[in-house]
Amino acid sequence: MIGTFEFWSLTLALGFGTFLIRFSFLGLLGGRQLPDWLLLHLKYVGVAVFPALIVPAVLWPAATGGETQLPRVIAALAAVAAGLRFGPVGAIVAGLAVLYGAQALS
Amino acid sequence: MPPPRHPFRAGFRDCLPFVLIVIPFSTLFGVVARDAGLDLLQVMSMSVIVIAGASQFTALALLQDGAPVFVALLAALAVNLRMAMYSAALVPHLGAAPLGARALAAYLMVDQSFAVAVRRYEDSPEMTLSQKLRYYFGCMAVVCPIWYGCTLAGALMGQAIPASLSLDFAVPVCFIALLAPLLRSLPHLLAALVSSVVTIGFAWLPWNLGLPIAAMAAMVAGAQAELFLRRRAARRAECPA
Repeated sequence: MIGTFEFWSLTLALGFGTFLIRFSFLGLLGGRQLPDWLLLHLKYVGVAVFPALIVPAVLWPAATGGETQLPRVIAALAAVAAGLRFGPVGAIVAGLAVLYGAQALS
Repeated sequence: MPPPRHPFRAGFRDCLPFVLIVIPFSTLFGVVARDAGLDLLQVMSMSVIVIAGASQFTALALLQDGAPVFVALLAALAVNLRMAMYSAALVPHLGAAPLGARALAAYLMVDQSFAVAVRRYEDSPEMTLSQKLRYYFGCMAVVCPIWYGCTLAGALMGQAIPASLSLDFAVPVCFIALLAPLLRSLPHLLAALVSSVVTIGFAWLPWNLGLPIAAMAAMVAGAQAELFLRRRAARRAECPA
C-alpha cells in the first residue's frame, strides 16, 4: 500500500519537475543551445530507460511474488515484435492477447 | 504544404489517430493506480498535475515496490527527460509566443502531439506564430481531455476488473508500446540491449538503483555507437574503396 505522505510528496515534486523539464528551453533558457555531447546522449533517453523498467517487470513481477512465469516472457516478446511491426497499438493488443492465450494453455 | 486555413481544426484532425493509443494507455493508468490502492482524488490529481503517463506508471510501480520517494522521483523524472528535447525542438516555432502561451504549451507537451506538431511546422514553413500556436493547441485538444476522461473511466471501473486478468502486466506492455517505435536505428537497438543486460546484472541492488545505472550505460552506448557509425561513414566518404 502506498502511504498518503509518500504519494503527495512524489506527485507534487514530479508534477513540478516535469513542468520544469517541459518548460526548460521553451521558457526559461530561451533559445540557448545545449552542448552537442548532451544532445547526443539525450537522444537515447527513451531507449535507455524503458528497457530498464520493462525487463524486471516482465521477469520478476510483483503479482507472482517475483517468480518468473513463461507466459509473461512470451507475451512481452510478442509485444516487442508486434510493436516493431505495427506500432504502439499493436504492442498493447499483442501483449495482452498472447498473455491470456498462454495463460489459458498453461 | 500551404498553411492550414483553420489551424486549430487541422491540429485536432491530424492528432485524431492517436486517440487509439491515448485511450488504452490512460484507462490502464486509472485501473492500475486504483489497483495500487490510490483513491479517486489521488488518481485524478496525478494525471492532472503530472500529465505524463510513462512517468506516472514508473513512479507508481516503484512506490508500490517500497522504493524511497526520491528514487521513484528520480526514475520518473528520468523518463520525462526526453521532453527537454521536445522543448528545445519547439523553440524555433513557438519561442516568440507570450510567456503564458509558452507555459501552457509546456504543460500540455506529450509525445504524440509534439511529434505531429513539429512535423506539420516543417511541412508548412510559412505558418505564422499564431497559426502554429492554434495548431499546437488543436493537437492537445484531442489528447488532453481524453487523457483526463479515460483516467477517470479506468479509475471508476478499476475494482470491477478481477485479478485473474493480470492487469499488472499492462504496465510493462505500455512501456513496450512506447519503446518499440523508438528502436529505429542500430545505436537505438544497442542502447536498449545494453539497458536490458545491465538491468539484469544489477538487479540485486536495493531501491531500483540498477535503473539509473542501466539508463546511463545505455545512453553512453547509444551515443558512442552513433559516433562510431558517423566516423566510419566519414572515413568511407574520404577514401572510397
